[in-house]
Amino acid sequence: MSLSSQVLQALWPFRLEQRPVPSSLMRLASPLIAATAMALTGLIVFLILGEDPMTAFQVFFLKPLSTTYDLGELGLKATPLMLCALGLALGFRANVWNIGAEGQLTLGAIAGSGIALFWGEALGSLALPVMMIAGMLGGMAWAAIPAFLRSRFHTNEILVSLMLVYIAQQLLGYLVHGPWRDPDGNNFPQSKVFVENAILPMLVEGTRVTVAFIIGLLLAVASWVFSTQTFAGYRMLVAGLAPAAAAYAGFSERRNIWLALLIGGGMAGLAGISEVAGPIGLLQPVVSPGYGFAAIIVAFVGRLHPFGIVLASLLMSLLYLGGEAAQIDLQLPSSITGLFQGSLLFYLLAADLFITFRLRRVRRESRAVASAAS
Amino acid sequence: MAVRPARKLNERPAPMTPDPAAPGPAPRLQLRGITKRYPAVVANDHIDLTVGLGEIHALLGENGAGKSTLMKIVYGVTRPDEGVIVWEGRAVAIASPAEARKLGIGMVFQHFSLFETLTVAENIALAMDDKIKPALLVPRIREVSEKYGLPVDPDRLTHSMSVGERQRVEIVRCLLQSPRLLIMDEPTSVLTPQAVLKLFETLRRLSREGVSILYISHKLDEIRALCDTATVLRGGRLSGTAVPRDESNASLARLMVGSDLTACQLLPREPGEIELELINLSLTTRDPFGTQLRDLNLRVREGEIVGIAGVSGNGQKELLAALSGETLSDSAGMVRLCGQPAGRLDPAQRRGLGLGFVPEERLGRGAVPSMSLADNALLTGAASSSGTDMVRHGLLRKRATRAFARATIARFKVKCGSELSAASSLSGGNLQKFIVGREVRLAPKVMVVAQPTWGVDVGAALLIRQALIDLRDQGVALLVISEELDELFMICDRIAVINQGRLSPTLPSAELSIEQIGVLMAASHADETVTGEPVDVAV
Repeated sequence: MSLSSQVLQALWPFRLEQRPVPSSLMRLASPLIAATAMALTGLIVFLILGEDPMTAFQVFFLKPLSTTYDLGELGLKATPLMLCALGLALGFRANVWNIGAEGQLTLGAIAGSGIALFWGEALGSLALPVMMIAGMLGGMAWAAIPAFLRSRFHTNEILVSLMLVYIAQQLLGYLVHGPWRDPDGNNFPQSKVFVENAILPMLVEGTRVTVAFIIGLLLAVASWVFSTQTFAGYRMLVAGLAPAAAAYAGFSERRNIWLALLIGGGMAGLAGISEVAGPIGLLQPVVSPGYGFAAIIVAFVGRLHPFGIVLASLLMSLLYLGGEAAQIDLQLPSSITGLFQGSLLFYLLAADLFITFRLRRVRRESRAVASAAS
Repeated sequence: MAVRPARKLNERPAPMTPDPAAPGPAPRLQLRGITKRYPAVVANDHIDLTVGLGEIHALLGENGAGKSTLMKIVYGVTRPDEGVIVWEGRAVAIASPAEARKLGIGMVFQHFSLFETLTVAENIALAMDDKIKPALLVPRIREVSEKYGLPVDPDRLTHSMSVGERQRVEIVRCLLQSPRLLIMDEPTSVLTPQAVLKLFETLRRLSREGVSILYISHKLDEIRALCDTATVLRGGRLSGTAVPRDESNASLARLMVGSDLTACQLLPREPGEIELELINLSLTTRDPFGTQLRDLNLRVREGEIVGIAGVSGNGQKELLAALSGETLSDSAGMVRLCGQPAGRLDPAQRRGLGLGFVPEERLGRGAVPSMSLADNALLTGAASSSGTDMVRHGLLRKRATRAFARATIARFKVKCGSELSAASSLSGGNLQKFIVGREVRLAPKVMVVAQPTWGVDVGAALLIRQALIDLRDQGVALLVISEELDELFMICDRIAVINQGRLSPTLPSAELSIEQIGVLMAASHADETVTGEPVDVAV
């Protein structure tokens, strides 16, 4: 045995080895470890930026939870994340990689707003349900494009769905700058404000969180029932875990792709219309600060499990609010939110290694045999 | 890292190093007290083994007996927790396969990893310790492959090669390195009988040239024909050593299993209606290295087992996919199931007609590795025509599914934690018992089975074969595709041979000899003059 490897072994007497079975404890602990590591990284960043870490921490993580209004904001921002992530997770588990929830969200916002702007008054109390359905259909239509292209031409849905995000944003920009611009809006690129009956009701007085949050929670339960109790959910799971087994059992690959993308698109579309019919109240050039992308992180931090996603969406929402608070109170740059989100995913992927692997101290006996030659 | 002579360990007594004064040359390889513990199991428990110069030494044992672990230790893949390896008289620590190869140890693995996008020559070049340009290896590969009767095209890409073809690449790769000890892990399971004989000739020649061979197998006939000595493992321990020529199959099996085995019985039976029929089935393949199926005709009647023999890579994969419905035929009439045209039906619809199907790959195709056995029962149980009631109104009925899985485990003696154990936690043989059991218990009218006992231990193989025979006796039509001729002769009423995408006429197995089948398996269709006449082959 060479000297360098002996020195290395003395300094780092550990070895990465595969666990006999994946650790279910680690599967749950991994997001917590990642969140802790993210917080520690934040601490160091605050120190480097010359902020008192305790104050910065208080501003970032505790202030957004201090009042009822703040808690409402937490739920408000968690809603679109939750809705998008629930749909995406079903697809991810079925091996369908829809990265374009942001675009489907945008299309949902456009489709639902169309109903609100042109038939909002005429529909009366039916306006909101119709808008919600239109939003879902809008998102589904956008997701149907990668579904069609993959099932027909074997294109890669990651690329197609991602590129469609930018097309969706251009389409929204065209509408609010052009045909749907409010003529009395002082040339601002935005639509008319929605009529009263096309705005989602508040959940709690004095906050901005809407009933969409409750819809999100109900859909989390529905998603859990779908994937654990129905044969359709089982088929999608098999398609994700072992595509050859799905083919062997006769589960249609085409149906799997369509279902995964339509569910993901529909949920993202619902998130989109809930945003414009909720806190925004009109259509504007930007309807989402990247909820559709952040939802990918939420889905993985939530272990692709509906209830995990509910918790992860609250955490991610906290990062958005903390980032805003840090901008206002500490004059930190807005990219601090992205930094926290990115490091969270980074640490999660690193910690996930230990679900299937573990570190083991190199055993004395085996070293004795191994070094018998040295 | 260089290999140096061992330092004597203080706590170990002197006999751990060979006595230099001992007469005669030191044996090629000696293992003393090799022990390897894994978290869940002791794979090797103080194993001793000695291989002489030019000796062909069999390592015999059931699946999970610890043969593969022991060989991995010798080849430097795994390190033992205790024990000493003595190579040509010197105690050595083999830290990596590269060191093993430097010592002169070559190994043909049972499961091999070839880079799918590279050619045979490129793969072999990568595995060589000396860096040689693939183009320069091509003539050497041709030479070795011709000399030893292992047809391999050095310029072919490996991704579409069958398991058998890949194994040939592995054997050729090893022989290129002119090893002094050759470890072969079940090398013959994918060869024609003639090729086996040719391989044996090769091995005997190597042995005369002084190369020692460690031959891992569970085929007792082969071991008795080939090997000088046998070391038998059972449950990680040394069960005994024997001179195979002096033993009977039964006595070797007893050492291996620890109890006597009963043979399965195939009583003559009048077959009934045609349940599975191929009519001029032709299939072009999209895979550039796949085999085209040409004009396959076959009839399987209720109450009979028809076997299809052949060297892998001759269209078995394509035929199986065409039978299961994973590949659709050009016209519905090419495949008829239970009297219905089924060529355009998907696998679930064919199951609905009464098809049961056991694929060649267990993990990932026949079962979802990370799912429980119960969930894996649902995989094909839901579409079955037998009314298992695992799904009602689109909702899963977990109790029925679990009960089904439990009953399958009990009837087929599947060793596992419970029906909630993950499929990947089972050994290959146990998972195969579960998959065969699942398909059998779904009460098919037609059953197609690929490689029913590949890598399965003797006891389990017997159980699986008996289950297939029981199905036949209940009036099911069975088609078995296997590369093990002994097995086909044991359980089949009629046998056909697939070769280069064509199927020979079926002949009653009682009227066929192994040699005849071997000729059909190796025949080239360029001349179309296959007569099936027996040829003299010296054993």
